[in-house]
Amino acid sequence: MSVIYILLSVSVVVGVAFFIIFLTAVKSGQYDDSYTPSVRMLFEDELVKPKTKKSTKTD
Amino acid sequence: MENKTCFHCGDDCGNHPITFQEKSFCCNGCKTVFEIFNENNLTCYYDLQNSPGAVPKEIEGKYDFLSEEKIIENLTEFRSDTIEIVTLYIPHIHCSSCIWILENLKQLNTSITDSLVNFGKKTVRVSYSPKTTSLKQVVILLSSIGYEPYISLEDYQTEKKQVNRSLIYKLGIAGFGFGNIMFLSFPEYFELNEYWLEQYKHLFRWLMFIMSIPLVFYSSQDYFISAYKGLKAKILNIDVPIALGISVLFIRSTVEILFDLGSGFFDSLAGLIFFLLVGKFFQQKTYDFLSFERDYKSYFPIAITKIAPDGSESSIQVYDIEKGDRILIRNEELIPVDAILINGKGKIDYSFVTGESQTVSKISGDKLFAGGKQTSGVIELEALKSVEQSYLTQLWSNDVFNKNKDDGFATITNKISKHFTIAILFIALVATMFWIITDISKAMNVFTAVLIIACPCAIALSAPFTFGNLLRIFGKLKFYIKNASVIEKLAQIDTVIFDKTGTITSNKSSNAIYDGELLSDTENLVLKNSLRGSNHPLSRSLYSILKEHNIVTLDTFEEHIGKGIEAKHNDINLKIGSASFVGNPQETNVLNTTVHISSNNVYKGKYTFYNSYRKGVSKLFNKLKKQFDLVILSGDNEGERENLKKLLPAKTKLIFNQKPEDKLEFIKYHQSEGAKVLMIGDGLNDAGALAQSDVGIAISEDVNVFSPACDAILDASKFKELYAYIKASKSAIKVIKWSFVLSFIYNVVGLYFAVTGQLAPVVAAILMPLSSISIVVFTTIATNLIGKKLK
Repeated sequence: MSVIYILLSVSVVVGVAFFIIFLTAVKSGQYDDSYTPSVRMLFEDELVKPKTKKSTKTD
Repeated sequence: MENKTCFHCGDDCGNHPITFQEKSFCCNGCKTVFEIFNENNLTCYYDLQNSPGAVPKEIEGKYDFLSEEKIIENLTEFRSDTIEIVTLYIPHIHCSSCIWILENLKQLNTSITDSLVNFGKKTVRVSYSPKTTSLKQVVILLSSIGYEPYISLEDYQTEKKQVNRSLIYKLGIAGFGFGNIMFLSFPEYFELNEYWLEQYKHLFRWLMFIMSIPLVFYSSQDYFISAYKGLKAKILNIDVPIALGISVLFIRSTVEILFDLGSGFFDSLAGLIFFLLVGKFFQQKTYDFLSFERDYKSYFPIAITKIAPDGSESSIQVYDIEKGDRILIRNEELIPVDAILINGKGKIDYSFVTGESQTVSKISGDKLFAGGKQTSGVIELEALKSVEQSYLTQLWSNDVFNKNKDDGFATITNKISKHFTIAILFIALVATMFWIITDISKAMNVFTAVLIIACPCAIALSAPFTFGNLLRIFGKLKFYIKNASVIEKLAQIDTVIFDKTGTITSNKSSNAIYDGELLSDTENLVLKNSLRGSNHPLSRSLYSILKEHNIVTLDTFEEHIGKGIEAKHNDINLKIGSASFVGNPQETNVLNTTVHISSNNVYKGKYTFYNSYRKGVSKLFNKLKKQFDLVILSGDNEGERENLKKLLPAKTKLIFNQKPEDKLEFIKYHQSEGAKVLMIGDGLNDAGALAQSDVGIAISEDVNVFSPACDAILDASKFKELYAYIKASKSAIKVIKWSFVLSFIYNVVGLYFAVTGQLAPVVAAILMPLSSISIVVFTTIATNLIGKKLK
């Protein structure tokens, strides 16, 4: 079998994979709010350490 | 002494700041919020932004209705024994500190497992465990830290709105198809007769065919549907030639690869669909935090306290209020039905309804209309009607609210498309006839080529990109427009109708002019100081207008509710209030609001309040008068007629005492005479007029606060720019016309190739994106130039 079939199938598979990732991203609501995550990202350092004994387990 | 600003909310602390941990606070509320954050290690809130907070409001009993099972059921998104999820709208969300504190809610209440802010929509989605906390407690927690959620009747609906993401999907698929098809068709552009390419070209073509199927049958669905609807209604809209172009492209390409006649036009097809959808996407600028569809439901509370005959109180849903029910309205609560005041002192703020910010005093036995907000203490009412039948809400049963304004509006693109489609079909037929006679083998080829090349991609893109860009420019200038067709309608306006109160007048300040015997210095001093102690709205406004005086301690001070104030300082005994209270029997001017003053039982004079008009009103009207008919349509009495006459150009029509329905009918009448009406209003009483007009613009002091359903929302500070905005819309139409000219040139070039039978796929593949991109560039630059002139 010619190498072109392998190349083509690889390229199509890669394309389709990205496409599916895109669809799941849209479906999960990532495109609904495009501003807040950009701010939230910067809070890393300010996150509050839970006080002793205070359980903040999130499910 | 210099006044300090509050560490929490940034307000002026006045003369007596509360100091806590070396920080000043304007009130105890702010201090308490700081204490809460301090105890929980959340003071980082103040590092992110200076004084980000809001003063927490009195909430005693206000959220009792949130314990009702049925209401919780309707408000929550998800509900189980272990977890409840609710999305709350919080108007105060405005900075990164807000996001930070709201996403750290679990530090304040350990039963909250997660909270997620959507900044654009100003909502927070809270998940909590109903075992250890409740919806009511969550809302009270939010209110106590200054983030009071706004819960209205609108939230109380069993059906949750579904987010429509289909355009993103369609665009995604089109982008995927476009990229891959371009990639696969690239070798064919060079027409190299290489053995290697010859061997695989069929595989490449069929792959392109497979990828174009979802593009044609899913991504371009809307064009086919709209074209079908257009044809059914006998309108040749722009989607007709587009749908025709897409189908011809697809069919001809399929036939070509099926019979090995050529490579087909899959690349052009994919590019066309992709560009069209990009244009559609670009035009769809939405302001998440604004709603253009509000009716009274967004203002009204979900539940109200009902008093049973035995005196017990319970929360009931407002729709369940029946005639004769006794209801309790607390401070800051909205009256949901027309009712009679039974108990308590009513001080009703009708600003939601009329835009008038001065409160109205009511006593037992007076009739109260739905939509008013009680502003002092608790009152007891007896409902006269149910919610839907109340004076204000009845307006919404009018047909205008069910009508879609865009129906029957011929956009500039559709107008041109009619001639365009006919011309193209004509050219296609003539060219085909010609080839049937000369060389029949080429006839079908030419026919399809004309339809392909004439597919009005560039025309279809002109309007979306021009309007889309202008929408964004307007948005930056605080003029928020619902959709692109509003700009087009704005450009056609010939009559401008203004509401008075709240629209051309400013809610924030009013003017008072003294009329009578001059007051002595000491009298003025006592006047200012006695007003200082009073909370009556008129006292507050008068106090802020009067000159600064020293602060003195009054000997006696007494406020007679509904009448006035009596104050004594040294030998001066001042009475301030209504005419009868101060002992002035001859009240002449009953139209304007007045405050009368007497000193030692001798009548001195009165302050008459006049509306304070927005800055630039006069200038704006003078600019507008050259091109537009101007009308003032006011719900108020004629008290301001003389003032307005001085202020506005002579040809402005002044019409007073207009009920909401009258305003609507007035506009309807003028429209039937052929006028294109722009209505500018603010209150719910203008809702009918805003809906009926061709373009309804709501003026808003604070766009986060609610404005009635309309086509556009204009920030009050930009009111004087209105003329410039209308002018910019007109320029936008010109830009579109020029880009039509530009795309016709491309079409002529393309048609030359098509009718002579030399349309190679590579020509189409170059011409199509070239025309589209140059239109996008042209319209973007042109609208940016228009935008630069604004400001």
